[in-house]
Amino acid sequence: MKVGLFIPCYIEQCYPQVGLAMIDVLQSLGVEPVIPEKQTCCGQPMFNTGCVTETEKLAIKFYGDFKDYDYIVAPSGSCVHMVRHGYNQFFRSNPDFIRMQAATYEFCEFIHDVLNVRSIAGTFPHKVGFHKSCHGLRGLRLEPASERNLVEPSKAQSLVEQLIGIEIVTLERSDECCGFGGTFSVFEKELSIFMGQDRLRDHQQAGAEIITGYDTSCLMHMEGILKSNNLDLKTMHVAEILSEAIS
Amino acid sequence: MSSHAKEAAAFLADEERAHWHDQALWFVRQKRDTASKNVPAWEELRETAHQIKMHTLSRLPEYLEAFETKASEKGVHVHYAKTAQDHNETILKILNSHNVKRVVKSKSMLTEECGLNHFIEKKGIEIIDTDLGERIVQLLEEPPSHIVLPAIHRKKEEVGELFHKHLHTEKGASDPTYLTQAARKHLRERFLAGEAGITGVNFAVAETGGITIVTNEGNADLGNSLPPLHIASMGFDKIIPRAKDLAVFISLLARSATGQPITTYTSHLAGPRPGQEMHIIIVDNGRSEILQKEKFRKTLCCIRCGACLNTCPVYRRTGGYSYKFVIPGPLGTVLAPHKDLKKHKSLPYACTLCESCSDVCPVKVDLHQQIIEWRAEIDKQGQLGLIKKAAMWGTTYLFKHPKLYRTLGKLGRIFLRAMPARLLNAIPIWGKNRDLPEMPAKSFSALHKKKLKQGGNYGK
Repeated sequence: MKVGLFIPCYIEQCYPQVGLAMIDVLQSLGVEPVIPEKQTCCGQPMFNTGCVTETEKLAIKFYGDFKDYDYIVAPSGSCVHMVRHGYNQFFRSNPDFIRMQAATYEFCEFIHDVLNVRSIAGTFPHKVGFHKSCHGLRGLRLEPASERNLVEPSKAQSLVEQLIGIEIVTLERSDECCGFGGTFSVFEKELSIFMGQDRLRDHQQAGAEIITGYDTSCLMHMEGILKSNNLDLKTMHVAEILSEAIS
Repeated sequence: MSSHAKEAAAFLADEERAHWHDQALWFVRQKRDTASKNVPAWEELRETAHQIKMHTLSRLPEYLEAFETKASEKGVHVHYAKTAQDHNETILKILNSHNVKRVVKSKSMLTEECGLNHFIEKKGIEIIDTDLGERIVQLLEEPPSHIVLPAIHRKKEEVGELFHKHLHTEKGASDPTYLTQAARKHLRERFLAGEAGITGVNFAVAETGGITIVTNEGNADLGNSLPPLHIASMGFDKIIPRAKDLAVFISLLARSATGQPITTYTSHLAGPRPGQEMHIIIVDNGRSEILQKEKFRKTLCCIRCGACLNTCPVYRRTGGYSYKFVIPGPLGTVLAPHKDLKKHKSLPYACTLCESCSDVCPVKVDLHQQIIEWRAEIDKQGQLGLIKKAAMWGTTYLFKHPKLYRTLGKLGRIFLRAMPARLLNAIPIWGKNRDLPEMPAKSFSALHKKKLKQGGNYGK
């Protein structure tokens, strides 16, 4: 099984520890991932701005960088949502492009759906709030969404939930948006921060020490707010928790 | 700052009110969740409703004709109106032919869309909104801020003050029951004096020629049965094929809108009562253009329940007026650009793409997908703005050149690390109250290579 890691731009530049933690966990599960050197960004910022031509250029590049892998795994729900669904308007005549899209998995989803692993042995004695980032939640269905009346599996929270000593706190709003929204966080700054503050308050009142999730971008936004306001909370990607729990 | 961002910032400046507004609507969303989860076949109902609507839209002329024939047989006068202006003039003509001076109107977003009140009032005819929320905003001389809960942005104390001024309730009284009783008394007088009733339509059944109107206050029933003249306005998207399809839509509507299993009144009208004259006006006003645009067609499935507004984390915190369009929230966001893309171009960006609207929608309108489509349309029509366009062009160039990307990333990290954090965060690049991420010394690639060299088996 040839697994290529897709390291989103903000993880490459700002959160390298998330990528390294993901490798730790995958190796513990017997997967030896490869990191394609020429990879950059999937084009999500362009796509979400409406720049289709620019997105297409990066979709071609992404295909070139990853087409030779059986699976492509990324520690980000929104980037995977981009590749799997955002690219849908391009290259429908190329079956290999479609195969590549379908072979792209979010980290927890890969563990659940491909490796078929339901629990990882480890200890993490902390109170944790789980942030269900929207693109992973509703775009990839990593978790059951609160709007729907369906029995759906939890592919991400369940992975950390069964660690020894961990307590997942109960939030008042189980899957409300944190207000990051990519360029939204820049062009609707006040609202973006207001929404982030609301989310943090929910985690705080629930007694969380750590906020985790499968999308570092949302965590980065919430981390920025909690640091600026000196809140006694920290953020960790799911991969970081799992990596620490198994070490 | 874009138009919506500016309005949003102004709304958020009153933090306490913004939180109150968010909570009030979240409460409705929670009631909706509970109600929908009491229906085991909820998701199947949504899909069925979607299919019925899409089918109807695919054979619209047939169903409209059938409806017209059946309704005419029942003694209803059926009119078609291409534009808002046509709609308003048709109504005026009917009112004038009966020499009507006082109209009672029940809730209808279509008449809001057409600006009917203003038009009628200018002609010297009194038009009273009889839905409590609508009456509140009418007295305030404000448009509705929500399509189902028109006065949701006003607190009960503000309503108390308003009623004291207009309905002479006690000063300082804000008890909802007391205020509602006062409104009821005031409206009863208007109902009895009304010479014509105007209502909206929730569903129009092609098979029977009947219409269905749902309300919680019974005001539409008084409005359509007391006066000798009843005029019902509907967009052509209100057509459904069969009477039994109502079972699907009625099951979804109130649960999605307010979390009630059913509204207090669900009235099925099969023609005028004896001695009454009844008119139905079927309005296009841009709907046929939407029908022609495949990417946006599903909007016409909408049953105006307002669930997408209640769930929208942006709408909840910025209020209806921040959208500057007759319909706010996700629905308004996808409808407004059809009317004027340039004017409403900030709306598709007033969205985090959380996709909750699409999941909550009882008829599966692909709202978030359409918001993305509008963004693409904005760029295509050169409306993105120079800064955004240049930023996207520049970053695309960077991402196409991996070496440049890594070099610039490195330089960026060195620069940001050299800057004192306090200074950096004093410049609100990413807004006040939000720090930029602390930059690591090395990138993922560099750290990974180092680990490989140290003999770790990282990524063979």
